[in-house]
Amino acid sequence: MDGGDLILLLNGVVSGLLIGGIYAAAAAGLAISFGMLDIVNIAHPALMVAGGFLTVLLGTALGIDPLLAALLLAVPFYLLGTAIYAMYHHFFERRGDEALQGLAFFFGVMFIIEVGLVMAFGPEQRFLDPAYAYVTLRLGEVDVPLRMLVPGLFAMAAIGALWLFLRRSFTGLAIAAVAQDAEALRLMAVNPVRIKRFAFGLSIALAAIAGGALVVVQPVEPSSGQVFIGRVFAVCIMGGMGSLPGCILAAFLFGVVENVTATFYGPSWSPAVAFGWLLLVLAFRPQGLFGKLA
Amino acid sequence: MSDASLPLAPAPAALPRASRGHLAFWLGALVLAGLLFFGLRALGNDYAYFAGYFILQYVVLATAWNILGGYAGYVNFGAAGFMAAGAYTAIALRQSTGLDLLPGILAAAVVGALLGLGTGYLTLRLRGVYFSIATLCLAVVLQTLVVNWDYVGGSRGAYVVRPREVAPFVSYGEYLFLVMLGLAIIAVGIARTVELTRLGRGLQAIRDNERAAEAVGVPTMRLKLVATALCGALMAVAGAPLPYYSGYLNPEAAFSLAYAVNAIAMPLIGGAGTWAGPVIGAVLLASLQQAATVTISSALNLWIVGWMLVIFVAVAPRGILGWFRRR
Repeated sequence: MDGGDLILLLNGVVSGLLIGGIYAAAAAGLAISFGMLDIVNIAHPALMVAGGFLTVLLGTALGIDPLLAALLLAVPFYLLGTAIYAMYHHFFERRGDEALQGLAFFFGVMFIIEVGLVMAFGPEQRFLDPAYAYVTLRLGEVDVPLRMLVPGLFAMAAIGALWLFLRRSFTGLAIAAVAQDAEALRLMAVNPVRIKRFAFGLSIALAAIAGGALVVVQPVEPSSGQVFIGRVFAVCIMGGMGSLPGCILAAFLFGVVENVTATFYGPSWSPAVAFGWLLLVLAFRPQGLFGKLA
Repeated sequence: MSDASLPLAPAPAALPRASRGHLAFWLGALVLAGLLFFGLRALGNDYAYFAGYFILQYVVLATAWNILGGYAGYVNFGAAGFMAAGAYTAIALRQSTGLDLLPGILAAAVVGALLGLGTGYLTLRLRGVYFSIATLCLAVVLQTLVVNWDYVGGSRGAYVVRPREVAPFVSYGEYLFLVMLGLAIIAVGIARTVELTRLGRGLQAIRDNERAAEAVGVPTMRLKLVATALCGALMAVAGAPLPYYSGYLNPEAAFSLAYAVNAIAMPLIGGAGTWAGPVIGAVLLASLQQAATVTISSALNLWIVGWMLVIFVAVAPRGILGWFRRR
């Protein structure tokens, strides 16, 4: 490997780490719903893309920074999430129909969102150009574009806040508890359904934040969600499902591998890498890269 | 078929009644097919064949999904991937050897079965959701492969120049329609046979309680693999005539999400877990879509299917057939 390749590799690794931050935010929401609550929300990436589209809309309409717009959007998305969970609980979880009908329900929701976006915005790509979009820091031979650094840091801050919340607050601890033993929670006079509704809303709010960060980094189109299903589930499963630190590590690793592949073999191969990885993880290490078998 | 590989058991006592049922089913299917064929020929409209093919292709697809999803409760999100695998197998076979439709369908069945077997072997030991996620991913992986595979046209797509007509038939459209009609009858026949034999009962035991089924000696893994292979093969078969039907195929059309959502919506709306359910759902939804494409945009059309799926699984989880059967 000569010098040019080495620089290419270094740049690939750095931008992989930066995009990994976005993947982490996307997967952290899923770590709550899929990992902790055992709700297989395959509509999560679609909701994230919807968050990206609405960020563009809100950001340009109010003339504010897209990341601020994403933060504002987190509130309505939280409410949407609680509504989706309320439906899911009422029709599927309560009846014990999660496995087939519940999964089909989320697939339908995903489909409705994707086709709805096509009808509302057209199938074209959308992107944003905030003020810092064309500034690039240079550290030696490595380029660090602010277009990727700022959303990456924003996403990491959101995950950090979530982690503190889950560790320090009573409600946060209750979310971790509901994953392990809902009955025990009931004995402590906490309604597990209410906790789950709150947690699911939180995971959807995180999807909006991840979508807002994503749309700064790269253009999104209504069908972007499909590629993100593989990425986000791969990261979540590799990270050991319910673990936020595992999720972040897996996201960085994943971002780097995907980006380096795209650098050397062309971007049209990167989805195959993402999904190929997921298939391999499912086949050989379903407990996650860092986990032990239960 | 797979019956032979299962542990032996005393034959059910009600065999005469069952075989009479079989006879009635096949006779009924043949009569229905004959009526359809001669009815459409009397109509003499090429669009009718076109629409008929569209509906029948979904009968095959929905029936295939039902074998795994309805009986065993394992959700396959990758219908579009399997279908496209069948379509591109037909294209690749034609490119390499010049063999056309019927050998293409056979090859597609083999490829689809192997794909299903492979995915199943890798993920069926885990919980059902992992299998579902893996099938979603399989579709994207296959699409990436096809986009990068120039031999079958890559992202530009492939043209298939279809013959103007095939010997005894009025038009190629009629020929295609008849082929799909045959495939639909075979698919429904297979699904019905699965349902009525030990294979189907084993799958139903898996759906209701996999651990209990395993504990009483149902060879769960083997049954699931058989069902996945059957499901994959039939889905690929449904896709094999697609390039001949449209004359041109690109990855975007072959891997369209419409197939994935319809393959799930049709059995669930009709009534999953029975052989008639997917047929009812497919005929209903596909006719609706065929009629709607003429009048409204295709996006709105698919949107309606999505809403129907969500509303049906929430309000009528046993589908249309569930209204008539109280459980």
